[in-house]
Amino acid sequence: MLYLLFGYFAIVSILSGIFTIALKNPVHCGLSLLSLLLHVAGLFVLLNAEFLFAVQIIVYAGAILVLYLFVLMLLNLKTEEQYLHKKYPFFLFAGVAILGELLILVFQTPYGGAIGTATPEVVLQTGPSHAVGITMFSDYLLLFEIVGVFLLGAIIGAIVLAKTPTGPAGADR
Amino acid sequence: MIPLSAYVGLSFILFMTGLLGVLIRRNFIIVLMSVEIMLNAANINLVAFSHYLSSMAGQMAALFVIAIAAGEAAVGLAIIIVVFRGKIATNVDQINLLKW
Repeated sequence: MLYLLFGYFAIVSILSGIFTIALKNPVHCGLSLLSLLLHVAGLFVLLNAEFLFAVQIIVYAGAILVLYLFVLMLLNLKTEEQYLHKKYPFFLFAGVAILGELLILVFQTPYGGAIGTATPEVVLQTGPSHAVGITMFSDYLLLFEIVGVFLLGAIIGAIVLAKTPTGPAGADR
Repeated sequence: MIPLSAYVGLSFILFMTGLLGVLIRRNFIIVLMSVEIMLNAANINLVAFSHYLSSMAGQMAALFVIAIAAGEAAVGLAIIIVVFRGKIATNVDQINLLKW
């Protein structure tokens, strides 16, 4: 059953990824990106990361993707006849060659490392969200604050960039 | 038990898909979407190692990656709106000057 679920999520996410970069209409690309994000969220459940599953659905599929679709539909981009670069076969060949080579290496590598303390039993005693919260607000508090400042900067930057220019033409450049 | 290398391989394939998308597509927004695919591939990797090594660190890193992705999407889309509104270009290969 586990293998079946993993295979489903893996195959559908790879296919949606390929559709995202291969479809012509940008809105279709956005919708296949949505499918990719949802199936990656499913993989997070298989990996016992329930909090990340919720964050992925809410933040990625719910907020970021809606932002993309809003901009796509507001800009009203036309589907162009030439939607790939002129030299794309070269990039395609290089990418596929690196892909094949590194995949062989990935499957041959024995993975090991120091086992931590957050085993599934320990996490399930208090619940995954509790474990994530305790870790985030103790060991990663400084990073959390930095991310808050970063997001504030991103908000200000986005507002300044996308503000409708007022005053004489060209004055805001 | 699914081997860790399966997750690493999957995230690798997704990462290469995103990289190819950045390289071959001309549309601005699709390029940004391909960057999102790459960030998701990195997230899968981080969470898989976090699970198999019984550590919380990978999940934390994945959460921060999602936060950074949100900021990147907001600023990137704002830049796209500016470029598109100024009728400067509609495709990435048309932006080849730093001054205008």
